[in-house]
Amino acid sequence: MSEIDLLAWGETLFFIVLKIVAILLPLILAVAYTTYAERKIIGYMQLRVGPNRVGPRGWLQPISDVIKLIMKEIVVPKGSSKSLFVVAPVLFIGPSFAAWAVIPFDAGVVLADIDAGLLYILAMTSIAVYGVIIAGWASNSKYAFLGAMRSAAQIVSYELAMGFALVGVLMCAQSMNLGEIVLAQSGGFFQWYWLPLFPLLVVYWISGVAETNRAPFDMAEGESEIVAGFHVEYAGMAFSLFFLAEYANMILISFLTALLFFGGWLSPFEGYGWLDSATNWIPGTVWLLLKSGFFLFGLIWIRATFPRFRYDQIMRLGWKIFIPVTLVWISIVAIWIKLNWWPFNN
Amino acid sequence: MRSVKQLVDSFLLTELLKGLRVTLKNMFRKKVTVQYPDEKTPQSPRFRGLHALRTYPNGEERCIACKLCEAVCPAAAITIEAGPRESDGTRRTTKYEIDLFKCIYCGFCEESCPVDSIVETRVFDYHFENRGENIMTKAMLLEVGRRYEPEIASDREADAKYR
Amino acid sequence: MSFQVLVFYSFAAVLIFSALMVVTSKHSVKAALFLVLSFAAASGIWMLLEAEFLAISLIVVYVGAVMVLLLFVVMMLDVDYAALRQGFVSKLPVAAIVACGFFILLYSFINQGVFSDDRYQAPPPKPADYSNVKELGRVLYTEYLIAFETAAVILLVAIIAAIALTFRGRRSRKSQNIQKQLSANKQNRLKVLDIKPVIRQKSDESRPEEEHSKDSNLDSAESEATKSEKAESKSTGSDSSKGKPA
Repeated sequence: MSEIDLLAWGETLFFIVLKIVAILLPLILAVAYTTYAERKIIGYMQLRVGPNRVGPRGWLQPISDVIKLIMKEIVVPKGSSKSLFVVAPVLFIGPSFAAWAVIPFDAGVVLADIDAGLLYILAMTSIAVYGVIIAGWASNSKYAFLGAMRSAAQIVSYELAMGFALVGVLMCAQSMNLGEIVLAQSGGFFQWYWLPLFPLLVVYWISGVAETNRAPFDMAEGESEIVAGFHVEYAGMAFSLFFLAEYANMILISFLTALLFFGGWLSPFEGYGWLDSATNWIPGTVWLLLKSGFFLFGLIWIRATFPRFRYDQIMRLGWKIFIPVTLVWISIVAIWIKLNWWPFNN
Repeated sequence: MRSVKQLVDSFLLTELLKGLRVTLKNMFRKKVTVQYPDEKTPQSPRFRGLHALRTYPNGEERCIACKLCEAVCPAAAITIEAGPRESDGTRRTTKYEIDLFKCIYCGFCEESCPVDSIVETRVFDYHFENRGENIMTKAMLLEVGRRYEPEIASDREADAKYR
Repeated sequence: MSFQVLVFYSFAAVLIFSALMVVTSKHSVKAALFLVLSFAAASGIWMLLEAEFLAISLIVVYVGAVMVLLLFVVMMLDVDYAALRQGFVSKLPVAAIVACGFFILLYSFINQGVFSDDRYQAPPPKPADYSNVKELGRVLYTEYLIAFETAAVILLVAIIAAIALTFRGRRSRKSQNIQKQLSANKQNRLKVLDIKPVIRQKSDESRPEEEHSKDSNLDSAESEATKSEKAESKSTGSDSSKGKPA
């Protein structure tokens, strides 16, 4: 190969790495402060004040947590499968970071503008289950294994409902590219897909909570039943990778909800006369962050409010309610599109 | 009709939204947290915390080594050895130790003491850094008693009329 | 060597290595995990063929669902590895003959040129706005509609067959009826009874025959309790009769 070729390669590689860092660094920071926000919000909802000792109003709490976790020892249990035990957290966090490659932050601001972006995200979330399963199995602990089994069954079941909910979205948008899905929603607050696809939004949102293994779907962790589930044997940085991935997934779900159902970076006042012109100066990324911030708050809010589901209740909800609901609504949407009714009459 | 309403309710998640409203309302209510090292909750004079051995105002230790506390202790946390004191030959303890890991802070020792010697103070925020520090020796107990004597005395005073 | 070729060879190497590990690795869970890895590598190769929809669906379907369920089963197996390895030497000659025969068969088949390079040309480069997904959808639902639907029906039959095989008659255990639980409300669960308060005589201590008065008091309390019990049973009885038509 020629030297110029190599140089061009190096340049492309450098810019790709730069872009990855530009996405992941704020993401990790956001994860750190999501943990802080979660502790604060849940504290406030329980009439407590939450962490407030490290730094002014506790603002340095996540940093001290990180330092603590880094300094802790990673214990590999006796009788565990060592290589898999170490690989599992990496397998868990890898897909949850990789999924961010196709998330558009503004019109055209996206790392990989691929055609099947939505499918790619589904693939990534389904790979993440391997981290959980391997962690549970490699730990050689019955609690970890139970947690892994629960989590695997739960993620596989809710992936179906989630996939069906997304089918509705891509039927409306006629595309699987996230940027095109957002652009298909342009035209103000009532043109976004949350209104025509409301049942799918609800199903998607709840499956998202289930997919991230968050309360009230935290069967995989279930502190009161199986200690901490699949990551019971993990300590220090290995544990914090699981933690990081869980919160990265939370943020991802919030972003996806904003992108798929709430017009992504589009302004809600689009085409509303003076309101539109008055808020024109706000960049799209701010709108996206505001929207996804609201859904992130919603995830924490849900955790602060609802008790954990029982296992059979989770399965019943996933298979017997969500999947039929989504199937019915997909058919309704199909008829809707075929008849060319509002809001698909363009 | 009611089942239709129920169906609509369950699909619109009304009950869940009601629950969410409760937590949201609580978020803006006044917090009840006591900022512990800066603020403290009021304590009863009968509070049972760290142990102390009291002395009389002239500095003489109260304990006469009757071993009632050792006998009554349900957790067998108290160990006493007694003997005549070298200086005046009075019966005193040569060893008085309380294992704070065993102690259940029931206050029986205090109640059994005929001379109000062993008492439980209001101190509850103490810690150990090394193994073995959980054993309170006689010197340590006397030191605690000396340091908190005014508080101990006023607490016994306040509680005296109910005994 | 262009970048694409390099990527192809690395994916191919991973694919062959992991496929080998699937058959050689001693532990069944590890073998299953290597199978997952080989799926991932295969999807990478499909991606190079510009079949991104198929590549990603391979991940979603096989890696994300099928293999998870397989792992589920494999992890719960209690395999006795020593027993598995028994008779390895005695069965080796037969196995070697079978393997050799299979290899010769495969080689002669491949050597005929069915899979040669000139038969499978690289696909012509697609225009930038070419959508793999749309093309696939169009073909699936027009040209191959019947084949596609038949496959779906076969899967459905398989599902029903699996259920039929494991179905062991109606379950006799008591399980909760969530619909019924949700429809329960205060009106048909709780009934406020109007029970007259028991007024105790204050002159208990002053009376000489203390024992006797206490007894009588107890008696009255007891009779009151039975009365209320009766009332309750009456109320539940009426309730159940009311509940039946609903």
